[in-house]
Amino acid sequence: MARSMLIVSRQSPWSGPGAREALDIALAGGAYDLPIGLLFLDDGVLQLAPGQHGATLQQKDLTANLKALSLFGVDKLYACARSLADRGLANTALAPAVEILDAQGLAELINRYDQVITL
Amino acid sequence: MKFAIALFSAPHSPASRRALRFAEAALAGGHEIVRLFFYQDGVHSASANIVAPQDELDTAAEWSHFIASAQLDGVVCIAAALRRGVLDAREAERHGRPAANLAQGWELSGLGQLHEAAQQADRLICFGGH
Repeated sequence: MARSMLIVSRQSPWSGPGAREALDIALAGGAYDLPIGLLFLDDGVLQLAPGQHGATLQQKDLTANLKALSLFGVDKLYACARSLADRGLANTALAPAVEILDAQGLAELINRYDQVITL
Repeated sequence: MKFAIALFSAPHSPASRRALRFAEAALAGGHEIVRLFFYQDGVHSASANIVAPQDELDTAAEWSHFIASAQLDGVVCIAAALRRGVLDAREAERHGRPAANLAQGWELSGLGQLHEAAQQADRLICFGGH
């Protein structure tokens, strides 16, 4: 059976290529039909905030990459409740939809996966 | 044990040196390295154009020497490398750039190589941050 991989994405969408490159690992894993999970943690949760306008920063926004996750079979998406609350996103509708986990949920999530990559 | 080793940090970062020393120790301990995979700023550790001051550790040169002498499978993510100006001769020609700078022993390839290595290895060890 294929080994599962959890990708922990900790970079904000506009702080460089880190967020995009974490998504690319998830998309590549999905393309190979591997069991992939994606956790948005720390500034990574900012990728899920609505109403982003990358063009004003002369950047391509991540919306298309995030939407592509489900097309590539990557549908195990999680976000850290504490990271969201710290950034004022606790009551915000996030896109794409994610399962929000507390500290214990995070620990259980990480334990469930064979491999963990943090970017 | 079979290790896959991923490096995400630049060659001047302690993480690059730690990854190199870990890889050397793994081989010295009789373990196998199925693949080294450089991603994000880790691709700079595969550049042949880094010039370290004479009295400082030249981590990129040590990486190239290490993988060539141990004949390891050293893969650099092509998308991350192009974005950061680490090119082999084929990519330099394809994109009309004046020079190739991928160090000896490395190969540019895709992220599938990371996933394949993670499937083959007993452990995937990642080096990132500082």
